[in-house]
Amino acid sequence: MTDPIAGRPGGPSLRQRRQRAAFWFLAPMLFALLCVAAWPLARTIWFSFTNTTLSNLYGGEWVGFDNYLSMRTLSSGRVVWRGTLVDPAWWNAVWNTVRFSLISVGFETVLGLIVALVLNAEFKGRALVRAAILIPWAIPTIVSAKMWAWMLNDQFGILNDILLRLGLIGEKIAWTASTETAMTAVLIVDIWKTTPFMALLILAGLQMVPRDIYEAARIDGIHPVKVFFRVTLPLIKPALMVAVIFRMLDALRIFDLIYVLTPNSSATKTMSVISRENMIDFDKFAYGAAQSTLLFAIIAVFVSAYIWLGRVDLGGEGSK
Amino acid sequence: MTRHKLLKRIGFYALVVVIVVFSVFPFYYAVVTSFASGTALFRVNYLPSGFDLRNYQAVLGSRNFLYSIGNSLIIATLTVGLSLFLGVTASYALARVRFRGRGLLLMTILAVSMFPQIAVLAGLFELVRFLGIFNTHWAMILSYTIFTLPFTVWVLTTFMRDLPVEIEEAAIVDGASPWIIITRVFLPLLWPAMVTTGLLAFIGAWNEFLFALTFTSTESMRTVPVAIGLLSGASEQEIPWGPIMAASVIVTVPLIVLVLIFQRKIVAGLTAGGVKG
Repeated sequence: MTDPIAGRPGGPSLRQRRQRAAFWFLAPMLFALLCVAAWPLARTIWFSFTNTTLSNLYGGEWVGFDNYLSMRTLSSGRVVWRGTLVDPAWWNAVWNTVRFSLISVGFETVLGLIVALVLNAEFKGRALVRAAILIPWAIPTIVSAKMWAWMLNDQFGILNDILLRLGLIGEKIAWTASTETAMTAVLIVDIWKTTPFMALLILAGLQMVPRDIYEAARIDGIHPVKVFFRVTLPLIKPALMVAVIFRMLDALRIFDLIYVLTPNSSATKTMSVISRENMIDFDKFAYGAAQSTLLFAIIAVFVSAYIWLGRVDLGGEGSK
Repeated sequence: MTRHKLLKRIGFYALVVVIVVFSVFPFYYAVVTSFASGTALFRVNYLPSGFDLRNYQAVLGSRNFLYSIGNSLIIATLTVGLSLFLGVTASYALARVRFRGRGLLLMTILAVSMFPQIAVLAGLFELVRFLGIFNTHWAMILSYTIFTLPFTVWVLTTFMRDLPVEIEEAAIVDGASPWIIITRVFLPLLWPAMVTTGLLAFIGAWNEFLFALTFTSTESMRTVPVAIGLLSGASEQEIPWGPIMAASVIVTVPLIVLVLIFQRKIVAGLTAGGVKG
């Protein structure tokens, strides 16, 4: 970085002038982020402590933690708990989200690793494979949800047809409609759509591993599987961790795929879906705000834990 | 030994074929379906069975779908323009000027890009209503900034930090102001990075669903994902699969072409920004 070359005599130094300019360059961007991120987030949290409704955005009154948890004693002496934290639908959504995130990211990591290893090898047609795996990534989520909804259609879907022909299933499965298979359907589509992203991030890590390591291992006659677990995996661990965290954050907030592929299925409803449903569709604006605040809190804890544990050099300060 | 090697090779190529087929098949099948109509739609065809353009005529003949494409184009273009404009100046400050709290600021920006969008939905809804931009393009342009801007700043900062000090020094010695340095020295060098980030931000804005679904109320204001997502028939049996597939193909082909053309740049941008698709 350039350090102050002596400023004009009497005037501010070059460094000071540059810092002042930097402030004005940053100001518009910071103002924009304040408007679209900080302020709406603060308002959402505030709404979660009120009884605001969609039709009366400004008429909400402060109700404390009632949207989260409240206790009322009925005249009969019975104690009634209310609020999101005792709402079975919310806990179902939490469970769905956690299940979805862990399974999808797990599969995507393993499959992404396999695809990355394939792409890291030198073979004819590698460019073609690389182009092919970019296709699922390029297709909009909503479009892929529709494409798969058609393929998973119970009557005319090609997947049932293939499985029937192969004799793997006895009768047609209503993939998206049945509660037992709805989550599987969502997982299939999500894994199809996001494995390429995972593969590309891991591939970037793989390409930084010096080739002579493999050469040396081969000359020493070490089994490739052993080389992978003892050498490659530890070396790409940082890239792998970054990929996993990004995917995890993405999976935890999933909305669009589930909203379109399995609408109104309690087997797949996630935290984002249920919050929006309460907020907009059911006119329980404040209640939905409370649920989205909880989701935000969960993700915030997750991110801070990761940054703290991983001591990630996010600012890149170490490289300068 | 050679037999063993041959088997290994066959296994490897089998894996390659599986990967390619699995990646491409759903799109291929959507294309096949989009050219089938009538009863042909309800037979499972593995190979193209005909070349019936009726689904495309139905989709392109509907005024609302054309509006949706227009809406998406306008919104995505303006969002990208705004993010790049705010992003270039900000990332110059973040990458080239030393000041206290820079690391913290970068972390905050990165944190914003990881935001669950549902967490700002209630507040944004109020803001959109307050500004009187509900059901207009501006509602989406404003709200999409939350994910395009942090991403743009992040990638451009990474890129600018790697440029050598010397290019700037000469300009400083000549007494150029920071604004001149950005527009005359950095901007010409930044074009490749701007194309990549712009393209990725465009794809992000083009594909967004949650905000577009919440902030529009009339069919003519819908963006493409909302239009396709809400295309449905009167009942489960009447879902117009043919037109849905035709619409899907229409909006996906340009994206796939763009992505394939800018393949290398996109992969570089993705790995720098670690952003979702």
